[in-house]
Amino acid sequence: MRVLVTGASGLLGAATANAIAIRGHEIVVFQRRASGLPFDEVRGDILDGEALTRALFGIDGVVHLAAKVSITGSRSEFESVNVEGTRQLLQSAKAAGVRSFVHVSSPSVAHDGMPIIGAGALPANPQTARGVYAVTKAQAELLALAEDEPDFAVVAIRPHLVWGPGDEQLIGRIIARARVGRLFLIDHGVALIDTTYVDNAASALAAAVERVAEPTVHGRAFVVTNGEPRTVAELLTEITRAAGLPAPKRSVPFGAAYRAGQLAERAWGSRGAEPPLTRFLVEQLATAHWFDQRQTCAALAWAPDVSLATGFERLTKWYQRG
Amino acid sequence: MNQVESAALPPADLLDLDPTWSRLVVALDHSGRSCTWHLLDSFAQRPGDIARLTLLCVHGNPTWSYLWRRLVRMAPADVRVVAVDQLEMGFSERTGTHRRLASRVADLSGLTERLGITGPVVTVAHDWGGPISLGWALEHLPQLVGIVLLNTAVQQPPGARAPALIRLARSGPLLALNTVRTTAFLRGTTALSGSKMTKQTAKAFRAPYQTPGRRVAIGAFVADIPLESDHPSADTLNLIANGLAKFGQVPMLLLWGPGDPVFSDLYLGDLMMRAPHADVHRYEGARHLVSEDDDRVFPDLLRWVSGLSAGERSNLQPVVALPAEQVHATRLWDGLHEAAEQGPTGTAIVEMSGAGRRVSWRQLADTVDKLAAGLHSSGINPGHRVALLIPPGADLIAVVYACWRIGAGVVIADAGLGVNGMRRAIRGAAPDHVIGISRGLALARTLRIPGLRLSVKGLAAIARIGAPLPPEPAPSATAVIVFTSGATGPAKGVVYQQAQVAGTRDVLRRHYAITPSDAIVAAFAPWAVFGPTLGVASVIPDMDVTKPRTLQAVALAEATAAVDGTLLWASPAALTNVIATAGVLSTTQRQSFKSLRLVLAAGAPVPLQLLEQVKELVPNADVRTPYGMTEVLPVSESTLAEIRAAAGGNGVLVGNPVSGVKIAISALDDQGRPVGPLSTEVEVTGEICVQAAHMRDRYDRLWATNAMAGRDIGWHRTGDIGHLDTSGRLWVEGRLAHLIVTAAGPVTPVGVEQQVQQLPFVRLAAAVGIGPIGNQQVIVIITTCDQTAKGLLDVDRTKLVRAQVMGIHIAAVLVRDELPVDIRHNSKIDRAALSVWADGILAGHR
Repeated sequence: MRVLVTGASGLLGAATANAIAIRGHEIVVFQRRASGLPFDEVRGDILDGEALTRALFGIDGVVHLAAKVSITGSRSEFESVNVEGTRQLLQSAKAAGVRSFVHVSSPSVAHDGMPIIGAGALPANPQTARGVYAVTKAQAELLALAEDEPDFAVVAIRPHLVWGPGDEQLIGRIIARARVGRLFLIDHGVALIDTTYVDNAASALAAAVERVAEPTVHGRAFVVTNGEPRTVAELLTEITRAAGLPAPKRSVPFGAAYRAGQLAERAWGSRGAEPPLTRFLVEQLATAHWFDQRQTCAALAWAPDVSLATGFERLTKWYQRG
Repeated sequence: MNQVESAALPPADLLDLDPTWSRLVVALDHSGRSCTWHLLDSFAQRPGDIARLTLLCVHGNPTWSYLWRRLVRMAPADVRVVAVDQLEMGFSERTGTHRRLASRVADLSGLTERLGITGPVVTVAHDWGGPISLGWALEHLPQLVGIVLLNTAVQQPPGARAPALIRLARSGPLLALNTVRTTAFLRGTTALSGSKMTKQTAKAFRAPYQTPGRRVAIGAFVADIPLESDHPSADTLNLIANGLAKFGQVPMLLLWGPGDPVFSDLYLGDLMMRAPHADVHRYEGARHLVSEDDDRVFPDLLRWVSGLSAGERSNLQPVVALPAEQVHATRLWDGLHEAAEQGPTGTAIVEMSGAGRRVSWRQLADTVDKLAAGLHSSGINPGHRVALLIPPGADLIAVVYACWRIGAGVVIADAGLGVNGMRRAIRGAAPDHVIGISRGLALARTLRIPGLRLSVKGLAAIARIGAPLPPEPAPSATAVIVFTSGATGPAKGVVYQQAQVAGTRDVLRRHYAITPSDAIVAAFAPWAVFGPTLGVASVIPDMDVTKPRTLQAVALAEATAAVDGTLLWASPAALTNVIATAGVLSTTQRQSFKSLRLVLAAGAPVPLQLLEQVKELVPNADVRTPYGMTEVLPVSESTLAEIRAAAGGNGVLVGNPVSGVKIAISALDDQGRPVGPLSTEVEVTGEICVQAAHMRDRYDRLWATNAMAGRDIGWHRTGDIGHLDTSGRLWVEGRLAHLIVTAAGPVTPVGVEQQVQQLPFVRLAAAVGIGPIGNQQVIVIITTCDQTAKGLLDVDRTKLVRAQVMGIHIAAVLVRDELPVDIRHNSKIDRAALSVWADGILAGHR
């Protein structure tokens, strides 16, 4: 099988391309900048139909990771990359005769801000999703699943809070704050949340590539996690320790943190910079969200094989190597 | 104001109500006039189908068919549910007619004729729908296969006054104001449900009654309640009430919310008296709208209905037949009479409290006979229930045996239930009489017990009455109603027949080789009662029975010395305190323990360390821990040596079954349900099931619980989880209600807790599940030996806890100052409450 992976320059994209290749498939990667990966590569913008057509030549399956994931940015930027980019890729892929499409989504597409306690993949809902990233990802997932048909099997995979050595998104931000002594807990970090070690997310996506046409798989959305929820306090302690930094001790009440997030959004928003705290982030750090992935495991014939403990060991080694 | 308005369909957006169930049907009413009904019909979309049977559901005032929505949804495909809105009510037509009871019965008959309901019918009704449905039933006996009633009445019970709320609502000018012009009555009724009703549900209940004109019938209904004998509907209601006798062959199910301020338990008692064959289930905690307050009501109703059609007797009771030669030996009072003949001056009972009363066998035998005669002539009859609120001692024992001699059942709610729990338990057992100390009578004052209210002080006078003894009761007479500890839900009443109490006695005598030379030290209150029937002296130590954990070592030593006690029965909580206070024992007092040959630590799991300490104190005694429950005791037992050798196993070793007891395991499926067939296969975890001649007859007024616990005929499902080992010994791993069902399968709590408690900083541990069944996370909650801050345990020690329990994921470890335990045993951890607590914390911000 020849598989196109979009967004392969990121942590998860690269790991996914490798995981699929190890299973004996040919890989083509597609992104704006050079990936540095040992695969055929087409560089281009996700909205560039011509570049996409080149990349999709001879492709059997697509794994679509390319997305705008940052915390800041204008609504139109998110919409153009996440929604229009997905629409463009779906059209081009269909036109190119691609048979299967693994859309990488996020559990936030179905998260309305209330605690998620052991729930499975609920339908994506752009009306209730929190924040522009989640809203646009919800729209993109609905677009993708709507294209599912007998000759074009689509599945949405939603890995939750992916992290690993070299991760700039989650780990990088936490460590940056810890280094300047500005990492604190909200409500003592008691909320229980699921995370996903990058290799597990990658193996789930690789499994999805092979299983997408199965009747229990295509047309549906699946949550992927390590299946080991932990409190925020424990996760932050493990992450900071891995980097040789002291664990966060200070805790602020939810209300105060939420108001601070609101102020920061206004202050930094007017400057167009990334605020150190947002209301969305406060909610994410203070509210339980852990999931039911029994259906995921059954449908993808997959299970996470790197435990959190092993993941943190690897993270520690990575920081020790500098 | 008698407004005329045609019938309509309900709004499409009412919670839980499927619009496709709604039908508008025109039928002739009692006066021959065409009226339009709104009704819910589970067969509305498949009119051609033929139902195996039809549930005809009639709501009361001021509700509507919405009351039955979940029943419509849950009913199996071959059971048709027809739930009507009565005329002038709900979304049925407002014709402007004031319909009395007789008219409403005729109206309903007209409707069922129009609907062509000719097959088997079970009537289902609530509130004032009850008399209407029963009126219909009387006229349709040939097709009637069952009757279900929820919180209703057919008459004011003798001695009861009309429910205060109805009386108030009916009082002249208030009637219209309450019921029609304002929504007070309507809102009052939805408020009569417990806390569970959501705003959306309450709104749906009020939906058809938005204007005064639409509420006219609510007032008319209240006005039609015949509180006076000359009321126009009084005759009809009498006819229906007396007609209940005609239903002797028709299975009946009474589902009851005992917290109903309108139809109290007295009304349940009235119905049970009129229909003694009825199956009854009281949902402790539920109120007037019982099916709104307790989610089990409709599933239980449907299970009962499915039993009907299977042709089974609905009341599934384990049948324990006793061999004929044993029947004579089962008389509970024989033991004390024999002892009185053989050694009349010998000691039967010693009370260590107060002045230290000593009762001889002759005195006891005399008192029991005279009390039985006196109480009988005072109105306590065979089959009556007598609540006893007397602390353990000679008085209690005498009254118990006197009641048994009459054939009356004693209701014993022990102080371990707490005051409110005792009150709830006694109210639930609906005793006919009460005998108590003054504090006990005060507690019973609000319970409206209809018969005798006797003070213990008055017993001497009763014994002097000098009436003849009543005839001897049958071995099947109810002997006692005792209560479960309520560690997993409200306390349940457990009914024993005399033969079953005798069975327990015989097992004790046989298993522990008890002879008249033994003497019981009864630090575990219930056991004091067994002394006389065993023909063995008993001593009750000086202790506050409401607080077993206050038993002092000195008090126990003095009690033992008073009778040269050989058998000690005590709860682990009491033994813990005995050990804690043993330091002050004099040498002589220590010596007194040497007469003990057997110590039974019963009632809750006993830590090994405690048993070792007890053994040191009682060097000549065999220390054992029997396992059992309120429903059957003992089931099995283990010795100190066995428990020593068992450390590290998964659960608490409770040993081999005692003779006459069979144990089997019903294996759990991956959802944690005990669905496996009864089996003695080893190392399989499942629900522990027991069969024995000395087990309870049934649960009291808990039809569904009986059906569940007794669903394997002749066996009792204990609700405990455990397994058998290769030596046939039983291990308890926790309660079924406390099972943690993770994505990887069920996890039993006790083994996890035992492992975690091995850690030096952990004092007590509880393992609970949070999240949906089948995808739960394991959370461990500990109390610590040091001053660890409450909340999340630090990461390093959390890892130690995880390392202690290999193979099971523990998501988080929380620290508390203490763990909630039951009052009676002071040791059964309320894991359900801890689970709710942990879930609340780990959910973070909501």
